[in-house]
Amino acid sequence: MSIRLFVPKDACAIACGADEVVAAIEAAALRRGQAVEIVRTGSRGMLWLEPLVEVETPAGRIGYGPVEEGDVEGLFEAGLLQGGDHGLRIGKPEEHPFMARQTRLTFARCGIIDPASYKDYVAHGGYKGLERALQLGPAEIIEEVKKSGLRGRGGAGFPTAIKWKTVADAQADRKYIVCNADEGDSGTFADRMIMEGDPFQLIEGMTIAGIAVGATKGFVYTRSEYPHAIWAMEKAIEIARAHGMLGMNIGGSQHSFDMEVRMGAGAYVCGEETALLDSLEGGRGTVRAKPPLPAHKGLFQKPTVINNVLSLVAVPHILADGAQKYMDFGMGRSRGTMPIQIAGNVKFGGLFETAFGITLGELVNDIGGGTASGRPVKAAQVGGPLGAYVPTWQFDLPFDYEAFAAKDALIGHGGIVVFDEAADMVKMARFAMEFCSVESCGKCTPCRIGSTRGVEVIDRIASGEKVEQNLVVLKDLCQTMKLGSLCALGGFTPYPVLSALTHFPEEFGDTPRRLEAAE
Amino acid sequence: MPHYEPWSEERARTVIGEFAHLEGPLMPMLHAVQETFGHVPDAVVPMLAEMLNVSRAEVHGVVTFYHDFRHEPAGQHVLKLCRAEACQAAGGDALAAHAEHRLGCKLGETTADGRVTVEPIYCLGLCATAPSAMLDGRIVARLNERRLDALIAEAQS
Ligand SMILES: Cc1cc2nc3c(=O)[nH]c(=O)nc-3n(C[C@H](O)[C@H](O)[C@H](O)COP(=O)(O)O)c2cc1C
Ligand code: SF4
Ligand code: FES
Ligand code: FES
Repeated sequence: MSIRLFVPKDACAIACGADEVVAAIEAAALRRGQAVEIVRTGSRGMLWLEPLVEVETPAGRIGYGPVEEGDVEGLFEAGLLQGGDHGLRIGKPEEHPFMARQTRLTFARCGIIDPASYKDYVAHGGYKGLERALQLGPAEIIEEVKKSGLRGRGGAGFPTAIKWKTVADAQADRKYIVCNADEGDSGTFADRMIMEGDPFQLIEGMTIAGIAVGATKGFVYTRSEYPHAIWAMEKAIEIARAHGMLGMNIGGSQHSFDMEVRMGAGAYVCGEETALLDSLEGGRGTVRAKPPLPAHKGLFQKPTVINNVLSLVAVPHILADGAQKYMDFGMGRSRGTMPIQIAGNVKFGGLFETAFGITLGELVNDIGGGTASGRPVKAAQVGGPLGAYVPTWQFDLPFDYEAFAAKDALIGHGGIVVFDEAADMVKMARFAMEFCSVESCGKCTPCRIGSTRGVEVIDRIASGEKVEQNLVVLKDLCQTMKLGSLCALGGFTPYPVLSALTHFPEEFGDTPRRLEAAE
Repeated sequence: MPHYEPWSEERARTVIGEFAHLEGPLMPMLHAVQETFGHVPDAVVPMLAEMLNVSRAEVHGVVTFYHDFRHEPAGQHVLKLCRAEACQAAGGDALAAHAEHRLGCKLGETTADGRVTVEPIYCLGLCATAPSAMLDGRIVARLNERRLDALIAEAQS
């Protein structure tokens, strides 16, 4: 009988050698005349263990990781196919402490099912949300999403149902659902993991959105840096069409919906929703002034819902299990679960989905295990390149939109990048300004020119030139960028810069006392 | 090694034509041109402008906006090193310096023999197993000096 093994084809696993491991397993099995079937899954999200090889045994799936090509022969000798003992054996992946502490809704299937198997998806609860959505009808779908308290996971935390209602109420011959899968923030990879590990879930979420607002066409806009995600998504779309779950009369209903994947071209600002729409239309990715809102005049001037991947994949769960169940997770006005991504200089990096309210310290130290280098943690940048550097003495901060905002920080797309003591905060502040100048869409002066000035001023500070005066200039500049920028690229770049300066003034050649005097 | 075709107007028309039926076809067209010829030659700009009924200046504006689109062909191999924050936190700066030293050129440049173009990239979504790189479309994580040297050797061979 053939034994089933599972090896991820998630980009992270592949980048860590998963394809080579698969070839080595096939060769080792062949040499032994043992038939094996290798299922390529998404990743479980314990990324320090990738490539994580799992074998199906009567007791359940047993994992081994991180497996290198050279480990395979030894694993076979240790009885890999029977779940035998070995230094890399981690037991049942779902019982690993990293997994056992999570609340997985949107990532429940990721790493378990074959992302290219419609059958697997349905067998693991897929399309239950759409089924209920079809029973409820548009108005009640939106009501359910509203009750759940779902807020956009792309960064701004805007209530999803309000957006949907606006598009539903707009009169037009054509409407669109656009999925923002541009995931440009360093330290984030949840959208990628969903597209590679559970793409039908995104198709289901977008289809429900289409039915709710009366849109028949959807686009997934993702990055050219994500070729594996694009392949996985396109394949799933094809399969869904073949099963009548995309195209005319979805699942036998009177609703029609189809979708396409589109690829960006290396512009961070195209993650901003209006720049994204311009890019989709075939233009430069410049930010549009609002109003009009995309909900009124979006893609090709038609009413458009634009949502992040993680917002859209929450929807099938809200529909399938009811708004109340979703609402029961979380704290304050941050409801449901958040797929948090732990990255950078960290021991146990990966994807951790949990209810809002967990503290940053728990995430970095308990779950992430501190730094990979073994040196003490210095700070964590949360929320991507526009997010603040949070120093260790603020690690009691709970993951909650409002709590972060109160500390001049943001959750953004849920990425945490851990830095150890060796981090040079002046350099990180400079990088923030430089990134802004490289990626600015060019529409407003504070962002376009201010960021270039910012780099120059920080260079002067770093070389010890008129430090006190230049710090005043830098703070003024940040203030101007905050107030005078059309979008958050120029408007939020001051957060990483000022947080570095506020929490680590001595690195800028300033003492805290002098800094206060300058204020 | 990626294989690109020599410029041919006829071929360009065919490649572009495949996307003519799409809504908002310009970006897919530009990607297809670059995939075919290795860069976006000036000669396609008037072709695209005509086909899409927009001005040449508009098409030119789009091509130059995006970091991905090359005006000139790259070296035979393209090595992209992630320079975003998570990779910096995990030692990416030293690796970038090492690559520049080994190749004798700066990020954004091509080696004198035209073999390797080395470029910065901002996040490959592999941030939990940083630092990361991409060689001709193949992604590599947990980069260290030994792995980087192997990639460079592969690119130079
Ligand atoms: C510079 C910039 C980059 C952004 N990048 C992304 C991104 O990569 N993904 C994303 O979903 N939202 C991004 N956003 C936020 C979007 O503009 C928008 O708020 C989001 O797509 C709305 O979806 P949501 O309501 O589901 O969060 C970005 C915003 C700015 C200003
Ligand atoms: S803040 Fe920067 S990126 Fe945003 S609209 Fe202005 S120039 Fe463009
Ligand atoms: S670019 Fe906006 S004022 Fe000049
Ligand atoms: S920051 Fe380098 S892969 Fe994300």
